[in-house]
This record gives sequence, structure tokens and C-alpha cells, in this order.
Amino acid sequence: MSNELAISVSDLTKQFGDFTAVDAITFDVKQGEIFGFLGANGAGKTTAMRMLCGLSLPTSGMANVAGFDLYKESEKIKRSIGYMSQKFSLYEDLTIRENNRFYGGIYGLTDQEIKEKTQFMLKHLHLESQADTLVKALPLGWKQKLSFSVSMIHDPKIVFLDEPTGGVDPITRREFWTMIYEAAHRGTTVFVTTHYMDEAEYCDRVSIMVDGKIEALDTPAALTQQFDVKGMEEVFVKLARKAKRSDN
Amino acid sequence: MESAVKVERVFKNFQSGKTQIEALKDISFDVGKGELFGLIGPDGAGKTTLFRILTTLMIANKGNAWVDGLEVVSDYKEIRKRVGYMPGRFSLYQDLSVEENISFFATLFGTSLEKNYELVKDIYVQIEPFKKRRAGALSGGMKQKLALSCALIHRPSVLFLDEPTTGVDAVSRQEFWELLRSLQDQGITIVVSTPYMDEASLCDRVALMQDGKIMDIDTPKGITQKFSKPLWAVTSADMYQLMHDLRADERVDTCYPFGQYHHITFAGVNQEIQSIEKSLVDKGHTDLTIQKIDPTIEDCFMELMNQ
Repeated sequence: MSNELAISVSDLTKQFGDFTAVDAITFDVKQGEIFGFLGANGAGKTTAMRMLCGLSLPTSGMANVAGFDLYKESEKIKRSIGYMSQKFSLYEDLTIRENNRFYGGIYGLTDQEIKEKTQFMLKHLHLESQADTLVKALPLGWKQKLSFSVSMIHDPKIVFLDEPTGGVDPITRREFWTMIYEAAHRGTTVFVTTHYMDEAEYCDRVSIMVDGKIEALDTPAALTQQFDVKGMEEVFVKLARKAKRSDN
Repeated sequence: MESAVKVERVFKNFQSGKTQIEALKDISFDVGKGELFGLIGPDGAGKTTLFRILTTLMIANKGNAWVDGLEVVSDYKEIRKRVGYMPGRFSLYQDLSVEENISFFATLFGTSLEKNYELVKDIYVQIEPFKKRRAGALSGGMKQKLALSCALIHRPSVLFLDEPTTGVDAVSRQEFWELLRSLQDQGITIVVSTPYMDEASLCDRVALMQDGKIMDIDTPKGITQKFSKPLWAVTSADMYQLMHDLRADERVDTCYPFGQYHHITFAGVNQEIQSIEKSLVDKGHTDLTIQKIDPTIEDCFMELMNQ
């Protein structure tokens, strides 16, 4: 992990009418860090994440993502980040190779680059024999791992993962986290949300949002100590019990 | 104990293009009256298909099943009067209000909210302040409570809940399970599915499902007692390196990250804790701890997956 900042946010706020979805949040994420972005349903995680990805303009506050200003350079931000979620991943009726060509093309890779990336990815995931298989025919666990690789086809500085392991079997869930560790070791910043509290323990640092505000931010070990409990599950429950809002 | 649900050698196949998908392969189990029974497994395990067969919405290719002593094919009309079903996807009328949805489902079963108020009270009071709101405009948690109220409105004898807590945060999940316990206290048999392994311990008995098969059925305690080997939890200052070093060690059979710990089992019978500890220290690990622990349902699930 370097000292360079991948994300720098100060007083970032988003209002919808008189509802403050995100309420003046301030935090930094270092390059190469695995940053867990936790919160109860309706705490404002998705809204905050949409802003950081350049998909929604803040009402006020400042943010710099991958070295670019959120207000003036959102298109550059989109090119420098990767995104995957359980809901949005690959095109089911395209093959693995076609998905790679599609996403590689979107991010402006050359044909040669796409070819090399695809070969590397298939080898790494042991999916060489499946290159021309439709994505919908793959087991969910493979889809999720593949989808994570495709989200990084353009070597983004930051990858945003929104509940990437939902519904996945316990072995695949751990293989997925091994891939996250590997990406971070290569220097990619990983910004991840999850409802599995054991996964919160795998993050370098974790923030917990309650009712639009960041109520806690530190390493899992420090948070566990600060709240005088055994693990992140209890930290989360202590904080989220206070929430007044609930939503999905 | 009398059975509320009985499933005997059920198979279900689907055709998807040229390939045949075996969604359920020889499923058998019983749920006792008044029991809180969990189907635990990831997406694609076959949980939803099983629910559809039991709620008479789908017919098995082979095998048979009974709900409340009634056969799911020949007695489907009677079963539909007696069961409550909350599907995984929100399936109420989005453009009807909260109270309109409730009264619609109550009317279908020839009852009313007033008649069964006691049963749904604990849940309904939480959504009552929004009773004029369209269901489509409710928050996720509120939708879930409305769906549960509608599934309960005719006082079913068996309640089927398909992944009610998926995508729900840890606090709301705890609250939901407290609700299930209180429904069970009122004599309702509950069959609930979940991909969250930690929720298994909240059921009376569970079936662990994977790829259309039941890997084991037992009480949560019974399942964890069957874990085949001693289990150890290991930590060090560098957990990522620790995982690599443990997995590279021939004496280690399995090593999986579990939150703050890595859970490991040994290949041989003799557990050479001291020598493992020494070789990890030699590799430069600091703050090393190794302790013997009791397995969780998730440890058991993974062991069964590997068999």
C-alpha cells in the first residue's frame, strides 16, 4: 500500500429535495488499500458510491477520485475505475470471449490488448475450455469471479465492488476474496460493500455509515478495540441499532 | 412427531437450450409440526424449486410430497388455502396501498385483517403508519414486512419463506429472526431458506443444500458435531502471507479465511502444533496465535462440499 491517495472526500453531501441521503462525509482511501464501505440498508452507501463513480453529482462537498475532480472530470474518473455488483455484471447471452471484447472495446483497449488480456484471464481462472461458452451457462461462482476480472480489464486504479459475494457458496466466497487480496497486492485500490461481517474483517480499513453519516472509520482491529467487542459483527450491530432510517 | 411437510425422493429437471439442468436430485426430508426448519445453501442449490413444488406452483418429475398431510398434486387446492408463501422476489401489487394489499389477500382467503389481527400485530404495527402509501413506494424493509403480513393474513398452518433476509443488513436480519421465533410460538410451522450460514444456528433443524442435493439434515448442533477433524484458528500480523504459508504446508489439509482467523485442519492424525508454529515463526510471522475451536455450520458446509 502506498501513501498516494486513490480517493479523497471532504464534506460530500447529496440531497434529494429535503432528504439528505449523504450527509457531509469525509474520508481518504490509499492506493492499494482494501476499503470496506459498510452501513445499514438505507444508510446512503449506494448514493455515495454512485457519486464516487461519477454517476451522480453531489449537492455540495469535494471529492477527488483516481486523481480527478468529481465535478469537472467525471468522464476521466469513469475511465479510471472498474465496477461490479451482484446485480450488474456480465451479459448472459454473450460468451466469455464476447464479453471481454465488449468491455475491452468500451474502455478503448486495442484488439491486441483485448486478446492478450482475455488469454491471461482465462488461464488465471482455469477457464480456457470455456472461452466460447455463453455466460448464462456458467455456475454463479464462476460468473462472479469472471465478472470481477472483466471489471479490471482496463487496469483501473480503483475497483468498486457492490455486494460482490451475495448468494455465493462459502468456498467460492473465499476464492473471491483471495482475488481481491491479489488485486490489492498488485496496487489496485478495492472499495467494497458487503453484508457478510466476516468479510469486513478482511479489509485494511472499514467505514460504517449510519443515517447518511460516517459514524466510524478505522482498521477492523482498532474498531473492535474501540467498541470493546469481539469482532466487526458486534461493532456493526452496536452502531446500526441507532439508525432511524431503513431502506434498500 | 407428526409431519407438517414430507418430501420423498423428489427430482426436478429443467430444459435450458440444449442442456438439461437437474435442479433437484433425490430430495427427501420431513418437517415436524411447529418446527422452524431451514434450507441452507447458495444460489442455484435448488431451494426455490423446492418451495415451488411444496406450494403447488410446480410439479416434480419424480417423487412425491405432502403438506399438512395433503398430497401436493391431487390436493393442491386445499394446500393453497393452508400455506403462506413469501417468494424471494417482492410479489405484491406495487400500485395498491399497504392496506389495500392486506385486504386483497385477506379477501382471497375469506378473512379480514381484524379477524387475524393478533397474529400479524407485531409486524403490522411497524407498517401501519404508512398504510395509505403505495406498496411500490415503500422501503425494502417495509416491503418485506408487508409481504410477511400478507403471507400470514389467513393464519396458515405452514409458512414458506424464500430467502427473506438476502441483501438485508445484519441488524434487520436479527430482528427478522426474532419475528420468526414469535410466529413459531404461535404454533406455525416455518420452512425458511437462506444463503447466510450463520442463520442456520437459529433453526431447530436444517438441511444443507448444494447443487440440487441435500448434503446433510440435522439440528445445528448435530451438524457441527459431525465435523470430522479437530479445527484450529490461526492468526498472525500478516494474514495474507499466513494463508499462503499454511496452504503451502504439506501438514495442513484445509485452510480457509474466517474473519479475523484462518481455520485449518491437519492432514495427518498427529497434530504437530509446535512444529507448525515453529516453521511459521521461522518464516517471519509475528503475533502468531493458534487455538483449538469448535466448528461452525460454515466449516461443516465447506467440508461437505469437498467430499
